[in-house]
Amino acid sequence: MSRPMQVSRYWRHFREKYRLIGGKCENGHVHFPKRPICPVCGSREIEEVELSGKGKVLSWTLVRNPPSGFEYYKPYPLALIELEEGPIVLAQLTDVDPEEIDFGMEVEVVTKKIREFEEDGIILYGYKFRPPVK
Amino acid sequence: MRKAVIIGAGMTPVGEHWKLALRDLAVEAVLNAMDDAGIDKVDSLYVGNMISGPFVEQENLGSLIADWAGLGNIPAVKIEAACASGGAAVQEGVKAVLSGLEDVVAVVGVEKMTDAWPNDATRYLAYAADAEWELFHGASFVALNALVMRYYMKTYGYTEEDLALFAVNAHTNGAKNPYAMFKRPIKLETVLKSPYIADPLKLFDASPVCDGAAAVIITTPEKAKELGVPKEKWVEVAGMGRAIDTINLANREDLLTLKAAKVAAERAYKMAGVEPKDIDFFEIHDAFTIMAALSLEALGVAKKGEGAKLAREGQIAIDADYPIQTMGGLKARGHPVGATGVYQTVEAVLQLRGEAPNQVPDAEVGLTQNIGGTGSNITVTVLRRV
Ligand SMILES: [Zn+2]
Repeated sequence: MSRPMQVSRYWRHFREKYRLIGGKCENGHVHFPKRPICPVCGSREIEEVELSGKGKVLSWTLVRNPPSGFEYYKPYPLALIELEEGPIVLAQLTDVDPEEIDFGMEVEVVTKKIREFEEDGIILYGYKFRPPVK
Repeated sequence: MRKAVIIGAGMTPVGEHWKLALRDLAVEAVLNAMDDAGIDKVDSLYVGNMISGPFVEQENLGSLIADWAGLGNIPAVKIEAACASGGAAVQEGVKAVLSGLEDVVAVVGVEKMTDAWPNDATRYLAYAADAEWELFHGASFVALNALVMRYYMKTYGYTEEDLALFAVNAHTNGAKNPYAMFKRPIKLETVLKSPYIADPLKLFDASPVCDGAAAVIITTPEKAKELGVPKEKWVEVAGMGRAIDTINLANREDLLTLKAAKVAAERAYKMAGVEPKDIDFFEIHDAFTIMAALSLEALGVAKKGEGAKLAREGQIAIDADYPIQTMGGLKARGHPVGATGVYQTVEAVLQLRGEAPNQVPDAEVGLTQNIGGTGSNITVTVLRRV
């Protein structure tokens, strides 16, 4: 696969990917990732908001034929998670037996390695979700 | 206002064409369509293609294909709207004719996918998703559709079997299409026993990676007459619509509504002056069985949550009320992504001329629906026998 200059490309999203920074418009609509215009009401008055990272599994799958670059992890669970603030986020699930994943399962965010680039040596980190550590 | 009619249609068989390059496929389809119309020159060329860059390291397809097809110094560009590139290219061609700027337009859809390794192909297809918020996390297109499929089954109480019926229907019809990639019927259990590729989505819920090209020639009725194209060959492009939705599935207002298809369909129906019940057959975008179910709902053929019921009740077969995928659909004919929308158009033209190998009796109005992304970019076109 092609290898563009990745460092700046990924670094510019580190706040969203490490701390789940989303957007909240003047009318209280919360979205993730942050956008310049609120997708609900069209407001351009958006402030940053750090999401709690707690949510529930809305749907999930087990990726068995991954895109190149993710072969090492296969099969891996990928889910849509509805955060307690409202937005839905797509992420991998981690530290969980795929058999135990269920609709409405509670999860929390955790920072994990997403991927390594073989030749460039870049290691990408970002959010994944796991059952809450008690 | 001017009217647009399709006067020529051509295609190549869909398959794994190891011996043919992208340009070979595209040129063959264009020349077939021109021969079908009985013409030897066109005013412009629109090329529907999704990802020739990564797949074969070739962009600038307008120049490449017009040059190799011997079309002269005409305007020619590539149109990209992910897997809806073909449908979008057809609509751009129609717009050029309706605007009066061009009289005879060629549209070709082409994709060459089998030159890449399978996991790379999976990656390239995911370029239609949101790179930073979907592909970054290892989401393939299959995986995104699987997330929708599981949620649909849970919400409405469907089983994997219910959705598998769409694949069975597609193969039943594809078996009669000499241009289809899979020319054999399959049993329900074949779908159900196929391996999971992203649970609950199985190999036979998905369309194949393949190569192919299809083309049409578009003009006005006046020009068609002037060119001496017999009227039996004309098919009117009666209505068309196109719309987008959030590129990122997670940002969707409702995961189970193809809003873009709904909006596009409303525009197309209005322009053509028809309702879903007036349509004799539907060539919809069944890249995955779940998309067939959601498409029927968005097009107003089924109520929300009842798309899969149409398959269960046997209403989607050639001789039923709502025939879909009359030539095998994406599942059995094959889904060379950027070419698919043009294949659908060619197949609708054959049905409306009464020349289809799997003819829908007395077909007068047909609909094609082409989806790009996970429902993020959708075209709907209504075609009518002249
Ligand atoms: Zn707002």
